Amino acid sequence: MSDHQYYHGLAKSMMATIVLVSIAPLFIIALIAGYQYSVAYEEKVEAHLRELVLKHDQSVDVFLEEKIAEIQVLAEVVGVNRLQDEDGLKKLHDVLVRMHGTDFVDLGLVNDKGIQEVYAGPYKLEGADYAEAEWFKDVQKRKVYVSDVSLGLRGVPHFIIALQMESEGRQWVLRTALDFIAFNKLVEDIRIGETGLAYIINKDAEFQTTPRRDMTGEMPLLRQLVKQVDNSSKLGRGRAAMTIEADPVTGENIIFVTSPLKSGEWLMVFQQEASDVFSALNRTRNLLIVMVLLGGISIGAMAYLMSRRMARKVELSDMEKEMMNEQVIEAGKLASVGELAAGIAHEINNPVAIMVEEAGWIQDLLDEGLNKDDNEREVQRALNQIRNQGVRCREITHKLLSFARKIDPTVEEISLNDMVQEMAEFCEQRARYANVLIETSLADSIPAVEGSASELQQVLLNLINNAIDAMDPGGGNLDIMTRVEDQNVVVSISDTGVGIPQANLSRIFDPFFTTKPVGKGTGLGLSIIYGIINKMDGEISVKSIVDQGTTFTIRLPMAEGNPDNVEQGEG
Amino acid sequence: MPARILLIDDEQGFVETMAKRLEMRNYPVSTAFNAQEGLDTLSKVTIDVVVLDVKMPGMDGIEALARIKAEHPLVEVIMLTGHATVENAIEGMKRGAFDYMMKPCDMDGLLAKVDEAYDKKVAHEDRILEARARHIALRRGV
Repeated sequence: MSDHQYYHGLAKSMMATIVLVSIAPLFIIALIAGYQYSVAYEEKVEAHLRELVLKHDQSVDVFLEEKIAEIQVLAEVVGVNRLQDEDGLKKLHDVLVRMHGTDFVDLGLVNDKGIQEVYAGPYKLEGADYAEAEWFKDVQKRKVYVSDVSLGLRGVPHFIIALQMESEGRQWVLRTALDFIAFNKLVEDIRIGETGLAYIINKDAEFQTTPRRDMTGEMPLLRQLVKQVDNSSKLGRGRAAMTIEADPVTGENIIFVTSPLKSGEWLMVFQQEASDVFSALNRTRNLLIVMVLLGGISIGAMAYLMSRRMARKVELSDMEKEMMNEQVIEAGKLASVGELAAGIAHEINNPVAIMVEEAGWIQDLLDEGLNKDDNEREVQRALNQIRNQGVRCREITHKLLSFARKIDPTVEEISLNDMVQEMAEFCEQRARYANVLIETSLADSIPAVEGSASELQQVLLNLINNAIDAMDPGGGNLDIMTRVEDQNVVVSISDTGVGIPQANLSRIFDPFFTTKPVGKGTGLGLSIIYGIINKMDGEISVKSIVDQGTTFTIRLPMAEGNPDNVEQGEG
Repeated sequence: MPARILLIDDEQGFVETMAKRLEMRNYPVSTAFNAQEGLDTLSKVTIDVVVLDVKMPGMDGIEALARIKAEHPLVEVIMLTGHATVENAIEGMKRGAFDYMMKPCDMDGLLAKVDEAYDKKVAHEDRILEARARHIALRRGV
């Protein structure tokens, strides 16, 4: 049944509305809050990484500068003469080792030919020739030189600080090897998350510290990174510059924070996988998604249950309304029947009165004796009259019965002409006493209409009764016309009564609107008619002129399957 | 002398049969099938009691009563009514009808009412005659 589909659709649209209305804000809040959170979190994490790198590059720089300064102070204070003395140098080295741990691995004084003349340290490097060493050439130009990390002559990772000194017109170079381990520790201690690691590389992307894990796969990337520094791109130029590159090995995005060291010769690099950096953020995002998902599911379930319940309620209330409607129609019918009852009682009383009189007359004649005059013929006449009046009574009661049966809403095909004729006859007696002349002009071959016969009867009876009332007292003419117009069957009921004032015309179909005195009219008649006609897909209209009369016009669609109606199909 | 009766009702069969029965009981009866006809008869024939139907096409009983009382004040009127118009009949009594009867009525009841009405009318007339006589006597200074 289409009713079921209707309520199903209603439930669906309600559900859609509820879901939309509840989930949309949830989504918007989740999106906005999530976005804000991620932006804030990213900023914070980046700031943290930068700060970390800044702090460390500073401390590395400070470390280097400190060592250089120490050596410089040493050189200035002690002077070349004492350094040339091997015992003096040894003593000096001992002091350094005592004060600075193993930072200063050894000390050596190299003459202008590059030969290490004096040496103090764990290795036997006296007389080592550094004439061809890079640092030796470099220190001639720059006075102070800090080397990259190298294995050097001894095969242990270290780096060298060399200092040029001048004494008595001769050039000397004081060189010291610094232990790589102490230095390495400075950087190696930076560890964040699982993949965060820090290291220092030189311009050739050679590691100056030992990274915690094998980095061979990432070398091309690092080389590229270093090149970018030279290319004076933003990376590496500023301190703690940040860039994100895809790892060639794992394909993961890696965040690099770089800072130049040693006047740009070295580069401090901190790297961490982006997913690691933002793991907390990702966790939050996943949590948010799960929450939205759970919220969505619970909203969906609620919406489903609620909409079903509401649709059920609507269905119930519709059913109640339907029942109420039927009761109202029934009540209206009773009211109009009640109105009729007066006329009907009178109509029946008249023939009954005649019969009683005739019976009395027969009694009189019998008392007189049947053989007297033509008394017998008179008795025959009286009996005939009684029979005739009885038949009259029967007709009235039959009409009344046919009308007063319970409202039957079954849809059937109705011949409008027949029904108009029937109702006109039904009301004729009442009309006669009200001095109303009912005239019907019915068009030939009016197609059938579809509807409930008893309801349509009620419509016609109501309109005829109203028309008669409108002409009371004084009487008038009541014309009932049927015709076909634009595939519609039209009935118009015109009276010559008092008419309806313009102000009331728009309200006459409202329930409980009545101009009759209290207790005389229910004010339901026309609203019930309106309901019935509407149900039949028809229209009812009214034209009225005060003191001249009123015409009610009903248009009803022809019954489907009617020969005149075939081309039109489902209209 | 029995009361002279006028029956006014739109039911022809009823009027005719009742007239026959009344005549059999020696009442002089006139008949009319609507109010106007009745009024015409009243102005031609002397009538004591009118039996008047309340509900008739054209002029109804109430209006006819008013006309009768206006034109023939001494004539008594008995209203005849179906159940539904009892209120109308009572309204008629307020306006001067003698009584009302419900259809269908039985002959004895009707005759009793007619006789009562006739007695009332006769009493009325006697009193009028008396008053007139007294008036004449007074005028003559007896």
